Amino acid sequence: MYAQMVKSTGQGVKTREEMSPEEAHFQDRVDADEKIEARDWMPEGYRKTLIRQIGQHAHSEIVGQLPEGNWITRAPTLDRKMILLAKVQDEAGHGLYLYCAAETLGVSRDDLTEQLLSGRMKYSSIFNYPTLTWADIGAVGWLVDGAAIMNQVPLQRTSYGPYSRAMIRICKEESFHQRQGYDIMMKMAQGTEAQKRMAQDALNRFWYPSLMMFGPSDAESVHSAQSMAWKIKIDTNDGLRQKFVDQTVPQAEYLGLTIPDETLKWNEDKGGYDFAEPDWTEFFDVLKGNGPCNHDRLKARQDAWTDGQWVRDGLLAHARKKAARKVAAE
Amino acid sequence: MSSVNPGALPQTESKAKPRNEWPLWEIFIRGQHGMSHRHVGSLHAPDAEMAIKNARDVYTRRNEGVSIWVVEARHIAATAPSQKGPIFEPSESKVYRHPTFFDIPDEVGHM
Repeated sequence: MYAQMVKSTGQGVKTREEMSPEEAHFQDRVDADEKIEARDWMPEGYRKTLIRQIGQHAHSEIVGQLPEGNWITRAPTLDRKMILLAKVQDEAGHGLYLYCAAETLGVSRDDLTEQLLSGRMKYSSIFNYPTLTWADIGAVGWLVDGAAIMNQVPLQRTSYGPYSRAMIRICKEESFHQRQGYDIMMKMAQGTEAQKRMAQDALNRFWYPSLMMFGPSDAESVHSAQSMAWKIKIDTNDGLRQKFVDQTVPQAEYLGLTIPDETLKWNEDKGGYDFAEPDWTEFFDVLKGNGPCNHDRLKARQDAWTDGQWVRDGLLAHARKKAARKVAAE
Repeated sequence: MSSVNPGALPQTESKAKPRNEWPLWEIFIRGQHGMSHRHVGSLHAPDAEMAIKNARDVYTRRNEGVSIWVVEARHIAATAPSQKGPIFEPSESKVYRHPTFFDIPDEVGHM
């Protein structure tokens, strides 16, 4: 989900014979489900993969505030507005936890931010889609956060300790977000004709982008295989996507809304739904920067960073002056 | 996150010159019924005052705490993973340090 552009080693997974003694010892620890900690020896590919994945996960939390923040001033009731504010605040906190986890790998947060702003790092493709109506805020909470939770729950068992602990903390707070979204959808799906139409329209637009969040089928990718051998990744993209569809279809039925997929059908043999794949050309196009909102999202982040420079500098100068005064007084 | 990480590791992905970055602070919180402060995570802030303000906003959003300590990460020293054996193993063979080691006869009563 956050592993775009991960190039762990470029080779396949090493056999035991090919591993150095350190690598073999490391793999033994991973196989025994021991958590790897910041100061433990780790393969360079493991470190690089994690910096990219955790960093992009953090970027996604931060950029993800923008499509929802878009509706804060226009939320239809004061209650909904307070709830949405709280949710966006949570996301800032989740970004913070994740940046801290990434920093234990020897990269600085400002460093990661600069890589995001220069386009060298990615964020989840989903945030390049616009939120056009209030119902979209419901769809985002229900589908987008639903997909994110699906991905994050297994990551609580990921092999890198700081990442796994960040996930545990985030998952505790995240279920609030999905419920908040579904609650909006319930209200609208059971509301007036116009509200119901809005809810259906939001589902129509967010269904396939949500399926894309899990990433392309990873049967082909050497990087996925390596990430799974290192237990950075726990499930395959396709496995998680299937689980998400199976969970979401009944939720849509409860709302009386239709999944925009005519091929959707329960498959008794596999005990899950058969469903249409999203358009992967669109997915890669969005990743390349050509989605509907890529430009706006990045520009908003760049402007915030550039325009905030004098504030950051001012606070730092003030802190140094205060510290110097304290030393002088002693 | 919940792993104190004193001493910056070597930069891996970039060879950029050091920037004017806010320092890293480790955050400890004593919960409502907690006996002691527990490490909950870290954050960047220009000074201790801002670190406490931000820790309040990030780590006590759901009544998690009644007291916050912030410590700049560079002031923390930690044990090295490689020393785990020599440092912690000696206590494994010293069962006599536990109160349950001694068998006091029942007729003596509660002790």
